[in-house]
Amino acid sequence: MTRYVIGRVLQAIAVLWAAYTVAFAVLYLLPSNPIALQLAAAGVDTTTLTPAQLHLAEAKFGLDKPVLVQYFHHLGGFLHGNLGTSITQDIPVAQVIGHRISSTLLLSLVAGVVAVLIGTTLAYLATYVRARWIRLILTRLPASGASVPQFLTGLFLIQFFAFRLNWLPSTGQQGWRSLVMPAVTIALLTGSILAQVLMRSFDEVMRQPYIVTARAKGLSRGAVQLRHGLRNAALPALTILGVIVGLTVTSSIVVETEFSRQGIGSLTQDAVSTQDVPVVLAIVMIAAALFVVVNLVVDLLYPLLDPRISHHTKAV
Amino acid sequence: MSVDSSAARDDVAVLALAPLERTADEVLDSRHLETGRHGNLVAALVQLSRKPAFVVALLYVLFVVVSALLPGWFSNGQPYATHPTDAMRSPSIHHLFGTDEIGRDLWTRVLYGSALTIKATATAIAIGLVAGLTLGIVSGFFGRWVDAVIMRLVDVLLSIPSLLFALTIITAVGYGTLPVALAVGLGIIPGFARTTRAEVLRVKTLPYVEAARASGASWIRVLVRHILPNSWGPVAVLAVLDAGVAIIAIASLSFLGFGAPPPSSEWGTLISAGRDFLVTSWWLSLMPGIFVTLLVFSLNHISKTLQELER
Repeated sequence: MTRYVIGRVLQAIAVLWAAYTVAFAVLYLLPSNPIALQLAAAGVDTTTLTPAQLHLAEAKFGLDKPVLVQYFHHLGGFLHGNLGTSITQDIPVAQVIGHRISSTLLLSLVAGVVAVLIGTTLAYLATYVRARWIRLILTRLPASGASVPQFLTGLFLIQFFAFRLNWLPSTGQQGWRSLVMPAVTIALLTGSILAQVLMRSFDEVMRQPYIVTARAKGLSRGAVQLRHGLRNAALPALTILGVIVGLTVTSSIVVETEFSRQGIGSLTQDAVSTQDVPVVLAIVMIAAALFVVVNLVVDLLYPLLDPRISHHTKAV
Repeated sequence: MSVDSSAARDDVAVLALAPLERTADEVLDSRHLETGRHGNLVAALVQLSRKPAFVVALLYVLFVVVSALLPGWFSNGQPYATHPTDAMRSPSIHHLFGTDEIGRDLWTRVLYGSALTIKATATAIAIGLVAGLTLGIVSGFFGRWVDAVIMRLVDVLLSIPSLLFALTIITAVGYGTLPVALAVGLGIIPGFARTTRAEVLRVKTLPYVEAARASGASWIRVLVRHILPNSWGPVAVLAVLDAGVAIIAIASLSFLGFGAPPPSSEWGTLISAGRDFLVTSWWLSLMPGIFVTLLVFSLNHISKTLQELER
């Protein structure tokens, strides 16, 4: 078991390192002229600079060194928690992100709760209801929910709840009322995906012998489904937690821009449009780390939650 | 499905493809028939034409593609012609999608914008398909360490959410339709690679491959004549599904402002520009939005129907 845990942790670290390498390669090797890119981000026109000034600027951003040296320099910085310096704002990236992260965390958390509610309710009803056509509609709903572009969901919500009914503020971040629509926009997508997975595993679970036993014992259909069905069906759904978290993070880019919220998502949009390379790299690494850590935790917790699965028999 | 669920999509694809296995006997049986593969194709087409939802979805996709190539057929107007006296008209017979703040016909602008988005989608799918197929075949065919290296690389790409990966590429390369297509295309490679690999691994062990090898065919010949034709089905289904995903991704990126610069009218750009007038003129954002969503719905439905047909 200890061996498995160590191996799994090392694997996660290797994936993170490789993700860093890929992101670094894209950001530092692809552009034809990195210094022009970074100076443009800082608001300087490269054509007006003398060669000496240009060289000074290169030295400032560390671009005068060979790419490999830069690579290890940044990698070392990341390992020490130093995310570099934002080019546009000239303050540490960690500080830029620190200012904005609480708003995104709150949004993601609320969106996560709403998504779980939507997902379980839909899956529970789709399994419980017997009328064929209602069941058909309920099972089709998540697939449709998952294929509506998020910016459109957001626009419909704004149009209806902000402009027609005047119930909620259309943009900004004043209190919980402005949190409702962005959270629901994200949750409609993630909840739909959760519902799809839950429905599939409900299908599987409800055919198991212990369900028949529970019914034979005299429990009602609803109770069996809730106490025996849902608990078992929820386990496979755990495996897509990493995907759900990743989706929530990327959803925040479109959603925060759309609802004019100040968070990591809108920071990403800003950083890409101003080509603030260190900020983009840091955000990519945070997202990748989140994905890898969530998957690691789920993998390690799974045998504790479901004793039927042991790592001795599982191929890693 | 939105932008970045390649991992989820993968799982979905793998799960959905599991019951697809045909036994060698069935395959051989179908070869015995005089009609052979073409007979199957005709039967499949007859079966499909009896599904009204599928036909509607297919017609809508065809309409969008044709109108992107020949927008003049479906609209008399010019996309950039302004008519200030006709500004901000709500949708009507004369202006199907209404007009914008300087009186440009929105329907015409959407149709002329189709060309850009369709081109970007086609490019993205081509990149994903070619690179994904190659990686998947090499991985599944050669196995051992080659397989291990390629699949680990795929795992790494999947650990970066695909919209973020696309944005990383755009940061480095710049804005425009082509960079967006490239960014989205690179993001869908892992899905194609995994599906292709799974199919190649499945087909590789079937008796007819063994028979072909035993009768002296070279590996290359077996690959081209037997393995490829029998593994492309699920890959094609994934390609249709990914076209929908790519359209959402491309529209999202141009919605964020990274698409072709104005006055060209990519769908996402139109939707984003219309947001400023959402209070008074809802149609400026919502009509193009619904147009895009219907296209994604249609592609998803086609992909799902084809998947069911393969079983």
